[in-house]
Amino acid sequence: MTAVSQSRRTLVGAELRRFGRFMLHELKPKGRVLTPFNLISGAIMLVAVVLLAIRFAKGLGAITNLSQDYPWGFWIGFDVITGVAFAGGAYVLTFMVYILGQEKYHPIVRVTVLNGFLAYVFYAGALLLDLGRPWRVINPIIGNSFGVSSVLFLVAWHFMLYMMAEFVEFSPAVAEWLGWHRVRRVLAGLTLGAVIFGITLSLLHQSGLGALYLMARDKIHPLWYSEFIPILFLVSSIFAGLSMVIFEGSITHNVFRHRVGSALHASHDDIVVGLARIAAGTMFVYLFLQLLVFVHGQRWSYLGTGLGAWYLLEMVGLVALPAALFIYGYRGRDLRVIRAAAVLTLLGIVLNRLNVSIIGFKWYAPVRYVPSWMEIEVTLAVIAAELWVFRWVVNRMPVLGTAMELVREAPARQARAGVLAA
Amino acid sequence: MDRRDLLKTMGAAAGTVLVTPVLQAESRQDATAESVATAEPVGILVDTTKCIGCRTCEWACADAHKDAGVEFPEEVDFSVERTTSEKQWTVVNRYETEKGTIYAKKQCMHCLQPACAAACLTRAMQKSSAGPVTWTEDRCMGCRFCMVSCPFDMPKFEYHSAVPRIQKCVMCAERLAEGKRPACVENCPAGALTFGPRSELVEQARQRIYADPDNYVHQVYGEHEVGGTGWLYLASVPFEQLGFRADLGTTPFPTYTREFLYAVPVVLTVVPPFLLALSRASRPRAAAQVDEHEEEGNR
Repeated sequence: MTAVSQSRRTLVGAELRRFGRFMLHELKPKGRVLTPFNLISGAIMLVAVVLLAIRFAKGLGAITNLSQDYPWGFWIGFDVITGVAFAGGAYVLTFMVYILGQEKYHPIVRVTVLNGFLAYVFYAGALLLDLGRPWRVINPIIGNSFGVSSVLFLVAWHFMLYMMAEFVEFSPAVAEWLGWHRVRRVLAGLTLGAVIFGITLSLLHQSGLGALYLMARDKIHPLWYSEFIPILFLVSSIFAGLSMVIFEGSITHNVFRHRVGSALHASHDDIVVGLARIAAGTMFVYLFLQLLVFVHGQRWSYLGTGLGAWYLLEMVGLVALPAALFIYGYRGRDLRVIRAAAVLTLLGIVLNRLNVSIIGFKWYAPVRYVPSWMEIEVTLAVIAAELWVFRWVVNRMPVLGTAMELVREAPARQARAGVLAA
Repeated sequence: MDRRDLLKTMGAAAGTVLVTPVLQAESRQDATAESVATAEPVGILVDTTKCIGCRTCEWACADAHKDAGVEFPEEVDFSVERTTSEKQWTVVNRYETEKGTIYAKKQCMHCLQPACAAACLTRAMQKSSAGPVTWTEDRCMGCRFCMVSCPFDMPKFEYHSAVPRIQKCVMCAERLAEGKRPACVENCPAGALTFGPRSELVEQARQRIYADPDNYVHQVYGEHEVGGTGWLYLASVPFEQLGFRADLGTTPFPTYTREFLYAVPVVLTVVPPFLLALSRASRPRAAAQVDEHEEEGNR
């Protein structure tokens, strides 16, 4: 009896030691450490650590240009409002693959979900930097003070729940990496539930980010304020997310070439062309909605002003033009045109979200808000940190290809690994 | 329906159940908002025709709220329009109008249905049934959504503090609890400020307009603006000339997000089953059969 339990104990001990060795091995960088990318992004992060130390010691005013007139600046307007729109690809793709059964897009689901998950983790992190009293952030969660009449209450809960849903969606890849096959089967069984929950949450918080501005109706320039902001934010998050998938895909496909599986390799171009088509479709829906809002809001008189020209640049130059380019690229199967369209679309989304949250916000104020270099520096550091974690995961877990072929071909491919393998 | 699908459906149903308390809580919230509107909140009537611009109210406010960090600037430049700040909960401004120089005191308006309280996700900002809108330190997480939402831009944030607070006029809630009047009303030497139940103040304001119709514009600012405010204003010139926004409308601000929030439980209950049905309908027949075989094999 005791002998059996003792041997079992040593077995468990050996297993734990093996796991420990595995983790230690996996935590080490897998490529050259002193690459230009690592040096630059590392320096950015170090500077941000110093800046954030100052921010937490002396208050937000020490490193930001926020004011009583502009309570929300670059960290909210760009990191959160724009970043979450960019992360919309995850809910759109899981909808296409798991709900509509379009298996063609399956090879990019994992990397998109990973990107979405990391985006939320890091943007929620950026949100903590912006909170004046971040140690109270659990208050709306633990229930001592539910402000259910607040749109932000909804957004906060949805951020948290959606992060969990996306983690569940991605978890089979973690289980494969750890070699936990039974756990993997359980987790894979949860995928459809997580997808359905995740899509529902996304519909609500993508639009919820727009609904945050519904009570700021008298502060936002009439060209960007309408009671339809939630719907406009939701529809634009679809093509924002898809454009981000195309843009990121074109980078990851080259940088992590050694980790790309045969399925993704074979169908990558088809996938991009298909995404371009869907993006173009949703962009025309969006343009139509914007036109309705434009007419309904009687905005003609504003077009002659400087901000009117700015509005036209956004709508024509960064929505209508890339939509046309997407169609052109889709018809001719021209990936370069599609990528250019994706970049323009992303710029248009940045502009739109900043127009609502910063540029058109208090457009009448005598002293306008311009972010300080330190706010932008910290934002870059958040992005750099996200890229480091993304690279760490992609280089270890079966994200771009299946576990089987990565294990088989890893040594040969790693030898060919490029600059960014770490 | 096999076991796995049953579990998924139950998951969706559980999600729905989780949402229901939110729905109920929301209707509760509505009930309190209504009772606030129908009960007898107190307010303050400012008659700008009587204000002499002595700034005693600023001094009294600083004196009453020293501990909260409110200060009284000895010298001010009346030629620039000042705003309240994290160190000054009320300011008196001078306006050159068609009827000469007029002074107007500004502070938090203590709306009957405040945007800031509706915006607060921790209920740190709250409207009490007695009238004041107050802020609770241990709840606030410093998100500043109240500042984004307030139509009068009254909540102010301490940007230069590691433990920042939201600062604004609290209508001397602690003095009201002791049965006293707000410090500014108590100390106004010109009789420009009147404290009392809001409905009586509205009556009194109308009386003053009727008694002296040439000296007042026929509007009580705050009676209907944004659904009604605790502070009410009388003036001899249109209120735009005294730095008030005339474009805020009479709809209570929480109404603007209410429709969206009502849609939330609906979306959370309707969309998941719809998606589940859609995914089952669109599953290729071959894949469905493979699934069944798997199940068979397991058994």
